[in-house]
Amino acid sequence: MKQFYGTTLPNPLMLGTAQYPSPAILEQAFRDSGAGVATVSLRREGAGGTGQSFWQMIQSLGVHILPNTAGCHTVKEAVTTAHMAREVFDTKWIKLELIGHTDSLQPDVFQLVEAARILTDDGFQVFPYTTEDLIVAERLLEAGCEVLMPWGAPIGSGRGLNNEYALRAMRAEFPEVPLVVDAGIGLPSHAAHAMELGYDAVLLNTAVARAGDPVAMARAMMKGVEAGRLAYDADPIEARDMAEASTPVIGKAFLS
Amino acid sequence: MKIVLNGEPREVEATTLSALLIEAGFSGRVATAVNEAFVPATLRDSHALADGDRVEIVAPMQGG
Repeated sequence: MKQFYGTTLPNPLMLGTAQYPSPAILEQAFRDSGAGVATVSLRREGAGGTGQSFWQMIQSLGVHILPNTAGCHTVKEAVTTAHMAREVFDTKWIKLELIGHTDSLQPDVFQLVEAARILTDDGFQVFPYTTEDLIVAERLLEAGCEVLMPWGAPIGSGRGLNNEYALRAMRAEFPEVPLVVDAGIGLPSHAAHAMELGYDAVLLNTAVARAGDPVAMARAMMKGVEAGRLAYDADPIEARDMAEASTPVIGKAFLS
Repeated sequence: MKIVLNGEPREVEATTLSALLIEAGFSGRVATAVNEAFVPATLRDSHALADGDRVEIVAPMQGG
């Protein structure tokens, strides 16, 4: 299993912490699924200190914490948010999001590369939320990123892998780089699909948090990524157009 | 002096960022920025506030 900036993850499921019906359900989803990475964010603290109880709960899970720069639209905003996150969460890891388009939440890859370079130079370990574009991926690696996180589909859309061809090409182009499909997953079969392509992990949130039973869906997602990984390692057969009998023809009784 | 705290205009007595945190009742894990620039926790004592400063105080929250 590939390492993420020197860290070996316990399993390939990275799970978001937003939009759950309650903190208790969020906690149970992590405990029952065993997801090893939790994405988190920074938001304005209310006078009641709501962030503090969330922080204590996340810490009690004993998972790796991956803060994001969700909602940032400029390099400056993202870099400042990353610095705040490093102090609050006490980690060099940052899921770098630079949103470029309001409807699709497509990353602004030009600003992404620039911010990735600034943050890497500043000692951060950047997990860039990017598209499947190979040249952008190259630029991110040149900027110092050691992980790439292409989208499967727009955030929260649940569409699965919109562009399997490109994701496959990315895997082939960067065989040594840890690759994560981030966003767009709706079903365990989508998560398995990403792993079957040889991806190293899957990051998802909405598909679990907004399911009727988030705890059960979190478990299903874990089974999905595990099945996909096993399948990839097991060297699957190639698809073919025509049938090929699986039962031996030799020795069949002559009955006609 | 008048500042803007997390988007809300506010009259405060505090003259430094750390004093503002105490005055406004913030504690625990928070990060701060003044006028869109990050101010590390170690510099809050020495960071003097000025009239019209825009102060952001953020804390851990759910995220995807």
